Amino acid sequence: MSDLSAARTATERRNRWLLLSPALLILIFAAAGPLLIVVVYSFLTPGDYGGVKPEFSWNAWFSVVMERDFFTEELTFADAHLSIFWRSLKLSLMTTVAAFVFGFPTAYFIATRPKRSRDAWMLLIMIPFWTNLLIRTFAIMELIRAEGTVNTLLLWLGIIDAPIQMLFTEFSIMLGMVYVYLPLMVLPIYASMERFDFSLVEAGYDLYATRWKVLTKVIFPLVKPGVIAGSILVFVPCLGAYVTPRVLGGGKNLMLGNLIELQFGQGRNWPLGAALSLTLLAIVMVALLFYVRAAGQEGEKSHG
Amino acid sequence: MAKPFDIRKQTGFTPLAILCFVLLYLPIILLVVYSFNAGSSIALWEGFSLRWYASAWENEAVQAATIRSVVIASAASALATTAAVLAALATTRVKPWRGQGAVFAMINQPLMVPEIVTAVSLLIFFAMIKVQTGYTGLWYLILAHAAFCIPFAYMPIRARLQGMDLTLEQAASDLYATPWQTFRRITLPQLFPGILAGAMLAFVISLDDVVITEFVKSAGQDTLPTYMLGQLRRNITPEVNAISTALLAASIILVVAFFFLSRTRK
Repeated sequence: MSDLSAARTATERRNRWLLLSPALLILIFAAAGPLLIVVVYSFLTPGDYGGVKPEFSWNAWFSVVMERDFFTEELTFADAHLSIFWRSLKLSLMTTVAAFVFGFPTAYFIATRPKRSRDAWMLLIMIPFWTNLLIRTFAIMELIRAEGTVNTLLLWLGIIDAPIQMLFTEFSIMLGMVYVYLPLMVLPIYASMERFDFSLVEAGYDLYATRWKVLTKVIFPLVKPGVIAGSILVFVPCLGAYVTPRVLGGGKNLMLGNLIELQFGQGRNWPLGAALSLTLLAIVMVALLFYVRAAGQEGEKSHG
Repeated sequence: MAKPFDIRKQTGFTPLAILCFVLLYLPIILLVVYSFNAGSSIALWEGFSLRWYASAWENEAVQAATIRSVVIASAASALATTAAVLAALATTRVKPWRGQGAVFAMINQPLMVPEIVTAVSLLIFFAMIKVQTGYTGLWYLILAHAAFCIPFAYMPIRARLQGMDLTLEQAASDLYATPWQTFRRITLPQLFPGILAGAMLAFVISLDDVVITEFVKSAGQDTLPTYMLGQLRRNITPEVNAISTALLAASIILVVAFFFLSRTRK
């Protein structure tokens, strides 16, 4: 009997791995495996025309934050890299805050609609999200170009005499990222608001709370897990953004993604590109861990 | 008479939300409107015309990129959906087993790792293979797309499978159906809306990809999005708007269909 059940579990296990093998093979070949090669490359010496030489070196990791003066061998911080790191962090944070300012009221608005129409409102939020990111970035570009819609309108109205330079600034990158990633903020906030019990708000008003107090002391604490989730979901892709800063930043306002690309193009320093990629990955993983912990706490609360 | 006190109202929230919806759609609507512009400006309206659609249609580079995009998206979504169905069968409605967490992490890995990092790692890895084998065909792009499409295909299929009733399959086995017959006649037909939804999502995701394609493609392998990215350096005409509008229409149709397919689960 026990032989039979042992044989059965063995068959089950074999079938399971057989079923999983196509997905795992594709993922190992075109996702996980290549990532390990990046780790190896980050410890090698750059080749003369791109690629690498098989010589071990710490240089790539070293030059992520430091640089050695070519003549005096003096060590300094790599200002160019650090300023790009700083810009990436700053713009990602500002984008997250802006997405919250617009996303929170929008999620609240949808969650307070009649039940039947909520799905339709959410579909309206999700449609832009599932359409091409490049096209949406493009739409923003056409809007704010010197000869774009906004400037043409303002000129025609006589509010300005000369077009305002909006494109190719940090502002335009941020605008683009808010536009592109806003649905990622609305979605989780809405998910936690949908289950919100409005009798709690009523209790708040019965106890003479103002609208502001109800919002900050009753509603916000209960939907906070959704806010955290939304913030992480916006912050993480902003950090790794490549298309938006390339299209709207105009080559001057690089972000991390563009700095990484440079190492594989003009820079011809593949190991440095590999080390920068892994640095980005590490920052993202820390943010995701934070998210998993916050999500775990939410789970505990809803059980308690 | 004063309005009744609405406990759900928060001052300023509704206008902000409406503004949000307007801002979300205004740029896209303008982009679509100017694709029909008779003039070559993207800000001055000079009358209705389909000339930019005609010029995009006749542009050989656009034709080639469109065909390439569709070929890659079809092959990648077919691969990803097949792999996702099998993986969903192995991971849903079963007792927890050792290594489950690791498998989930693998499947979701493309969602967690920033696209630029995946792109760089594929560039490095495929460059090695290209040097070794000399093969520079479309399969690199197809496999790369299949990998990041797997989680998107997997999610709706798994959701559908979880909501499915086990008793029908048990009844089939009780009536001496073989496991294959049960799968073919009972499981697969019930699972079909989920599979279709997963395949459509995978197709859209592949069709829209820019970053990974930009890094993995060999010379002359532009897809529609990377072709458009390349056009940005030149003077922009409404032709790009026309291409964008066509691509937008395709995505929106598929996404709305996906929405309704994955919702009818009662």
